[in-house]
Amino acid sequence: MKNFQPEDQELLHKESGILTASLQRRSFLQYAGAGAAGIALIAAGCKKDNQNTGNSAGVNLGSGDVGILNYAYALEQLEAAFYTAVVQSPYSGISAYELGLLTDIRDHEIAHREFFKKALGASAIIGLTVDFTSINFSVRQNVLATAKAFEDLGVSAYNGAGNLIKSADYLLLAGKIVSVEARHAALIRDLISDGTFADSTVIDLNGLDAARAPKDVLAIAQTYVKTTINGSNLPTATS
Amino acid sequence: MNIVNILEEIEKVDGEIYERISPRRAAMKEFYGFGSKVALAAVPLALGSMFKKAYGQTSSTVLDVLNFALTLEYIEFYFYQTGAASSGLVPSGVHTSAINTILTHEMEHVALLKGAITASGGTPVSFTAANFDYTAKGNFPTVFSSFPTFLAVAQGFEDTGVRAYKGQAGNLISAPGVLKTALQIHSVEARHASHIRQARRTTEGGGLTALTPWITGANDSGVPQLDMTYAGEDNITQAGVDITSLGVSTAAATASFDEPLTKEAVLAIASLFIR
Repeated sequence: MKNFQPEDQELLHKESGILTASLQRRSFLQYAGAGAAGIALIAAGCKKDNQNTGNSAGVNLGSGDVGILNYAYALEQLEAAFYTAVVQSPYSGISAYELGLLTDIRDHEIAHREFFKKALGASAIIGLTVDFTSINFSVRQNVLATAKAFEDLGVSAYNGAGNLIKSADYLLLAGKIVSVEARHAALIRDLISDGTFADSTVIDLNGLDAARAPKDVLAIAQTYVKTTINGSNLPTATS
Repeated sequence: MNIVNILEEIEKVDGEIYERISPRRAAMKEFYGFGSKVALAAVPLALGSMFKKAYGQTSSTVLDVLNFALTLEYIEFYFYQTGAASSGLVPSGVHTSAINTILTHEMEHVALLKGAITASGGTPVSFTAANFDYTAKGNFPTVFSSFPTFLAVAQGFEDTGVRAYKGQAGNLISAPGVLKTALQIHSVEARHASHIRQARRTTEGGGLTALTPWITGANDSGVPQLDMTYAGEDNITQAGVDITSLGVSTAAATASFDEPLTKEAVLAIASLFIR
């Protein structure tokens, strides 16, 4: 991880509303091993040695295209934190092959997260605090099942958000990312059981992948995030 | 595709959508009442005709995208169909079931797109297996006799398909329902690509153990004939941001974002396989 430039720190302080009110000094990204109660997830290493630990602190994703980008940023934060923990404390008996793949995925999710943070600039939500207490990081089956859930969720989230985006440029960016998430999803599924990369549990009778509305995605994602995510201002229909 | 959701979303901006579609709301309730299988099968036709009646002719841009997509789906469909029917080509077990899964999806995509184009007042392009030359004018002479060659060509089709749909997304912004469906096909093609790449790692598939499920750099297929399919995939700059400046390797920077291809570039690739 590298430090972010001063302007990024400054931008965080320009954040309006509840974010400013609850923003406290934050720390470098802290990793936690298996079974840790929570992993402080900060989007990029921050210079100030402080942390927004308040469970009651919420984030509002905002509205319009910025809201959708923050929505994607929130999901990428969750995925990056998950794979960071997976690679930090690999499950029992992991092969070099699987560790390599999971490390690649971690790096992709970090790239996505950092990209959104950079692209959103002053509009970016703060780093979310995740809650992985329900995941047993030492057991392969548990880790891969969670990875599958996250990847399938991510694919359905981008698929369901595409037609809420107004800018063709942002739509293309979302498209560039969602197919990589789909590659991850297929790989994780094949690791669990070869040949299940696109089985009938996720692809419908028209050969279509899932698409979920933001509110449905957030309801699922919230289970793994302590910070309350408010998506009520997100667009719900194109106009 | 969730037709009910699409209608609800439209209703938010066009409160009279139900009246436009049908003068009697009861008719719509009846539509929802179909069993899920019937409703799914009816979706392309119903969707296309509803939008056509409601808003007039589907725009030629959208129809062009749909026919472009249909062309690619036909190429894939007949490719897998021929492969699956080629005795001794696809090893039994997981390889056979995986190829059949993909074949089924391509068939479903053809049916979906055909139905939507027809129902929207357009004329779907039509192909038969005889229209295609999967050796690509002699570049892949063993495509239906060597499983590794078959998978190499499959990888090219799937990765091209992903790039093709991605490149057309912007042309569908005005048609949110079609855009959503296109995205739902797009990610399925990416799942296929991921699996095909994994299959190429197996001994029967060619033993390419260095191949990843994602595109690392540009042409990582080991097949020089596929250079066109991967042109530009080694891009590391997104929206003006150098991804390698964010603390990840160049390999991860290229692999973490898939790149689009223009319609022209895709058709240039496709034309190699059309007689």
